[in-house]
Amino acid sequence: MFKLDMKTYTLATDAGDISYIDTKRYLWMASLAYALIPFLGIGTHALFGHQAWLALPLFVAYVVGPIMDWWLGEDENNPPEEIVPLLEADSYYRLLPMLTVPLHFASLIGAAYWAGTQALSWWGVLLLAVSAGIANGLGINTGHELGHKKTQLERNLAKIVLAVPAYGHFSIEHNRGHHRDVATPEDPASSRMGESIYKFARREIPGAFRRAWAVEDERLTRKGVSVWSWENEIVQSYAVTFALQISLIAAFGWMMIPFLAIHNFLAWWQLTSANYIEHYGLLRQKEPNGKYERCQPYHSWNSNHKYTNLVLFHLERHSDHHAHPTRRYQSLRNFKDVPRLPNGYNGMFPLAYVPLLWFRVMDPRLMALPHIDGDVTRVNVDPEKKDALYAKYGVAGPNKSIPTKETA
Amino acid sequence: MGSAYECPGCGYQYHQDLGDEHEGFIPGTPFDELPEDWVCPDCSVRYKEDFQAMS
Repeated sequence: MFKLDMKTYTLATDAGDISYIDTKRYLWMASLAYALIPFLGIGTHALFGHQAWLALPLFVAYVVGPIMDWWLGEDENNPPEEIVPLLEADSYYRLLPMLTVPLHFASLIGAAYWAGTQALSWWGVLLLAVSAGIANGLGINTGHELGHKKTQLERNLAKIVLAVPAYGHFSIEHNRGHHRDVATPEDPASSRMGESIYKFARREIPGAFRRAWAVEDERLTRKGVSVWSWENEIVQSYAVTFALQISLIAAFGWMMIPFLAIHNFLAWWQLTSANYIEHYGLLRQKEPNGKYERCQPYHSWNSNHKYTNLVLFHLERHSDHHAHPTRRYQSLRNFKDVPRLPNGYNGMFPLAYVPLLWFRVMDPRLMALPHIDGDVTRVNVDPEKKDALYAKYGVAGPNKSIPTKETA
Repeated sequence: MGSAYECPGCGYQYHQDLGDEHEGFIPGTPFDELPEDWVCPDCSVRYKEDFQAMS
């Protein structure tokens, strides 16, 4: 398909040359196109005249996405570990996430402009807000990729892009909270077995903000600075949000208040959905010193589906991301024998929105994982569902011996 | 000259001479005086006891 000059990376070693061609090199540009997805609705609406075209971005996200993942299938190719430093140093890959940052501003401003200037009924405006929210949920993903990096430029761009959907606390919450506490009951961003996404969201969204604020407060206190200062990185990002969203209200009127509320919530909801499926039920065991075991590859759910991984900067190769959080997307590797999702994220999200279906598909997969092996005591269980799930999976009460790997 | 420690996961380095201003550790703060529950500020997946002394 692509006859562009595919770059070959070659490393001379004692055992001979190692070479690698990244066949996805130019396909990573998909994330640029997806950031602009509201314009697909706006463009077709302008062209064909009916506001129903504004639903096209939703169709692409929730229908085309899962079909493409099913059709194109999975990509298990890995760059050789020796080649990773060469990939990491390639500035082409570094540039792509940075280039998407202004596109997320364009998406929100463009959708707001169209909502504010066209004669649309309420559902036309709603579709615009939702499609901008989908694009800027992806903006949180870009903020995620950039916020994990070590350069100040990338970290600053993370704060800026996270400002678009009003989620500026994410880098701190995610890097310093979620990665530390992942797959434990303490983590508001790790879902529990038996917990529906709707219950999870009520724990995750406020919990994320509280934890981010506490982490930032601790850092600033050490520096002898008030948490209410411009040094607070959460405050910095929200200042950009404030400037942007107040300007939109000033430009396009009060209807921007519900528009922005829906946009922001939809973007957060994309993140909630990703968090919900990434560690569902997985649990790190406590070591004798009271600390949790280090996060292992089997503490994340993964997907190698091609299409959504291209849109999401390899986020679905989640085990390697947790093993090497600062590693760049192009280098993330597929592990053998890690928990696998049956579809990419865009297919798993709608499944999660129907809790009974989600439990039916995912609970058996969870219980069948080799490190759990049917032992529900090795699962991160919703405390309110604990009795029912323990009864269902064979731990009836305190007198019944708990099956372990050794005794089973 | 002060000691230096490296995160075995991501390569973050803590130099006693430099401290880590962003994290609120002033230059000269010994590695031993960092909080016991301190985790690597770059990757957060390696604990203080995982850090390796650099020669």
